[in-house]
Amino acid sequence: MPDLQEIPVGEYKHLVSERALRGETMLLNMGPQHPSTHGVLRLVLELDGETIITCIPDIGFLHTGIEKNMEAKTYLKAEVMSDRLDYLNTMGNNLAYVMAVEKLVELDVPPRAQAIRVILTELQRIASHLIWLGTSGLDVGAMSMFLYCFREREYVLDIFELVSGQRMMTTYFRPGGLWRDIPVEFEAAVRDFLKMFPKRVDQYEELLTKNPIFLDRMLAIGVLPGEVALQHGVTGPMLRASGVEWDLRKARPYCGYEQYDFKVPVRTEGDTYARYLVRIQEMRESTSIVEQALNKLPMGPVSSDDRKFVPPPRSELGVSMEALIHHFKLWTEGFPAPKGSIYSAVESPRGELGVYLEGDGGPKPYRIHWRTPSFDNLSVVPEIVKGHLVADLVAILASTDIVLGDIDR
Amino acid sequence: MDWVIWLIWIVKGFFLAMFLLVGFAYLTWYERRALARIQVRVGPNRAGPFGLLQPIADAVKLIFKEELTPAKAYKIVFFLAPIITMVPSIIIAAVIPWGPQEPQVKLFGYTISLYVADINVGVLYLMSIASIAVYGIVLAGWSSNSKYAMLGGLRSTAQMISYEITLGLAFVTVILLAGSMRMLDIVEAQRSWWFVVIQPVGAAVFLIAVLAEVNRAPFDMPEAEQELTAGYHAEYSGMKFALFFMAEYQKMIVVSAIAATVFFGGYLGPFVHRWPLLGPIYMLIKIIILLFGMIWVRATWPRVRYDRLMAFGWKVMLPLALAIVFITGFGILLAQELGDPIYLTVIPAASIVAGVIAVIMVNRALTRKRILSYEPR
Repeated sequence: MPDLQEIPVGEYKHLVSERALRGETMLLNMGPQHPSTHGVLRLVLELDGETIITCIPDIGFLHTGIEKNMEAKTYLKAEVMSDRLDYLNTMGNNLAYVMAVEKLVELDVPPRAQAIRVILTELQRIASHLIWLGTSGLDVGAMSMFLYCFREREYVLDIFELVSGQRMMTTYFRPGGLWRDIPVEFEAAVRDFLKMFPKRVDQYEELLTKNPIFLDRMLAIGVLPGEVALQHGVTGPMLRASGVEWDLRKARPYCGYEQYDFKVPVRTEGDTYARYLVRIQEMRESTSIVEQALNKLPMGPVSSDDRKFVPPPRSELGVSMEALIHHFKLWTEGFPAPKGSIYSAVESPRGELGVYLEGDGGPKPYRIHWRTPSFDNLSVVPEIVKGHLVADLVAILASTDIVLGDIDR
Repeated sequence: MDWVIWLIWIVKGFFLAMFLLVGFAYLTWYERRALARIQVRVGPNRAGPFGLLQPIADAVKLIFKEELTPAKAYKIVFFLAPIITMVPSIIIAAVIPWGPQEPQVKLFGYTISLYVADINVGVLYLMSIASIAVYGIVLAGWSSNSKYAMLGGLRSTAQMISYEITLGLAFVTVILLAGSMRMLDIVEAQRSWWFVVIQPVGAAVFLIAVLAEVNRAPFDMPEAEQELTAGYHAEYSGMKFALFFMAEYQKMIVVSAIAATVFFGGYLGPFVHRWPLLGPIYMLIKIIILLFGMIWVRATWPRVRYDRLMAFGWKVMLPLALAIVFITGFGILLAQELGDPIYLTVIPAASIVAGVIAVIMVNRALTRKRILSYEPR
C-alpha cells in the first residue's frame, strides 16, 4: 500500500496555517487547468473538509509580455497588442489605448467617431457581461445559460465583424478617430440587436433570478464590504455591488458619455447575488445607451484630419503627394509624441481600465503600463472566500468576472 | 425442472442485459440530442442518420483509448471499483416486471413470464442492490489517491446515505398501498388508479430522491465538473471510465423503470390484459418520458450546493416522507375501518397539504436568508 499521507507544503509554509504542516488540513491545487478558474489561474487551497481556510492565487501562466511588446512598436502599431489583453473587451482596450495616445499628443476626435466609439464599447460591454453570465451559470451548474448567452454574443461579434472585418481582435478605434466609417448595414444590424436583446435578458432572468437553487448558491456568498473593496482597489460592477457608486462614465465622462441618460446600478449587499443583479442591470442600461447614441448619431468625418498623426485615406494617396508622404512616414517611423506622461482610464466591463503612457519624444512609447481591473478584483478573492465551501469558491470566482489575459498581460 | 427453463432464464437475462447496454448507448445519444434541442444546438448528427451511429463511434474510441493507472493508486481496488459500480446497475433490473402474468405469453409451447425474477420481496431487493453501487464510487475515489476523486467519493457517500432513507420511506408508501413487496402485486394494485394519483407527493419525493440516488443534476455533486473536475472518476480513462459512465446511465434507465413500476402503473395501459406483449411497449414509453424529465432538469437547473443538499435531505425530504407514510397508513386504516374506499381520497388531499407546507418552509428559509443578507450595512 503506497503512502497516502504526503504533505507537499514546502514553498507555501509561510502562507498556510500550522494545521496544514501537521497534516490536519488538506492542500488542494486548483488549476491552472481547472475548468472553473476562467483561464489559467492557479489557486492553492487549504481545506478543512470542504471549507476553505486559505486561498493563495498564483498568477502568471498567461504572461505574454504585452506591455514590453508595445514599447517596441510605434504608437500606431502598438494598438494591436491591446486587443490581446482582455480578449473579452477588445473595443474597450482599444478605446483606453487610443484615448491615452490622443491625450498625449493632444488630438481632437470628431463627434461622430465619439458616438460610434460609445456604441461599440457598450455593445462590447454587453458581450462581455454575456460571457460572464454564461460562464457563471455554467459554474453553478446551469449549463444551458452558457449556450444561450453565446447565441446573443454572436450577434455582437457579427456587428464587430461588419465594422472592422474581425470578430474579436478588432483594432477598429485608431488615434484620432476610427479606422473607417461604419458600413450602411450597421444601423439596421444594431437595431435588430436592440429589438431582440431586452427580451432575451428577461428570459435569462426568468431562468435564474428567482430560481431557488440559484438563490441558494448566490445569496450571502462571498460578501465584500465596501471599505474592503476600496482598500483592494476593486472597481467596476464588483465595487458597485458593494454599495460604492463609482462609474467612470458618470464620474469622469469621456467620449461624450455625459450626453446620454443612463443609470449606474448600485446594490449594497456586496454578495454574489448583488453582483449578478448589478451586471444584469448594466446590460439593460448599455442597451439604452446604444439606442440613444444610435438615435442621435451625428454626421461628419470619423477621424481627425490632422495628417501628422492620422494616416490619410486611400483615396487621397493617388492624387496627393503630401498624402503619400504622410502615409509613408506614419507607417514606417510613426509620429513622435512629446515628452511627458499621462494616465487615462475608461470603464471596462470589469472596472477601471487605465493606461499609463510615457513618451520620450520618439515615435515609440517609453513606458506603457496597463492598470487592469481583473488584477485588483482578483486580489480580494482570498479575503472573501474564507470560510466558504469549494463550491462557493467557484461561484465567487465567476462573480468577480476575471480574465486571465487581463491579469497576466 | 427441465433444461429449457434454465435456457429461458439465461436468454431472458441476456436480453435484459443487452437492453440495458444498448439502452445506455442510445440514452447518451438521446440525452445529447435532447440537451442540444433545449440549448438551441444541433447535437450529434454526423455519424449515421440523425447521429444514430454516434454511440458506436464513442464506444470504439473508448475501447481503443490508453488506460492509465496512477502510479500511487491502490491497484486492486482501482481495478475493481468500476466493476462494483457497473454490476448492480444491471442486476437491479431483474425484478422489474415488463408485462402481466395473465394471460400467459406462449412461445414454442413454453410459457414465458415477462420478468427475469419474481421475488416476493422485490422492493427489498431493489433497495439493497441500489445501495451497493455507492461502494464502487467511494472505492474509486479512495483508491485513485487523488484529492479531487477523494472529495467526490466522500460527497457521494454522504449524499447516498441521506437520500436512501427518503427513498426507502417512499417505497414504504407504495408497499402500504399495494399491501405487498412483490413488484407484480404492486403493478396489479394500480389497475384502478396509478399510485401517482393516490400519492402524488410520495411520487414527487421518490423522483427527487431518485435523482440524488443516481447522481444526476441538480444533485450531481460527486462529479460536479466545475468544482471537482469530474470527481470520483477523475483518474479513470478508457474502458474503466466507460464503465462508470455506463453505470450512471444504466442506473438512470433502471430507476426510471422502477419509478414507472411503483408509481406510474408499470406495464399497465389500454388492452394490456388482452395482448400482454403491449406491456413492454407501455413500459418503454413511460421510461422514455421519465428519462426526458431527468434530462430536462439537467438542462435547466443549477447544481445544489453540497451542504444545502444534505440539509434539504435531512430537514425537508425526510420529515416530508415520514409525514407521507403516516398519512398513507392513516388513510388506508380509515378506509378499512369505515368500510368505504372513498376515504382513500384523504391520502392525496392530506399529502398535498403536507407537500405545500414543505414548499412554504423551504421558501421561508430562503426568504429569511435573503432578509439577513440584505440588511443594510
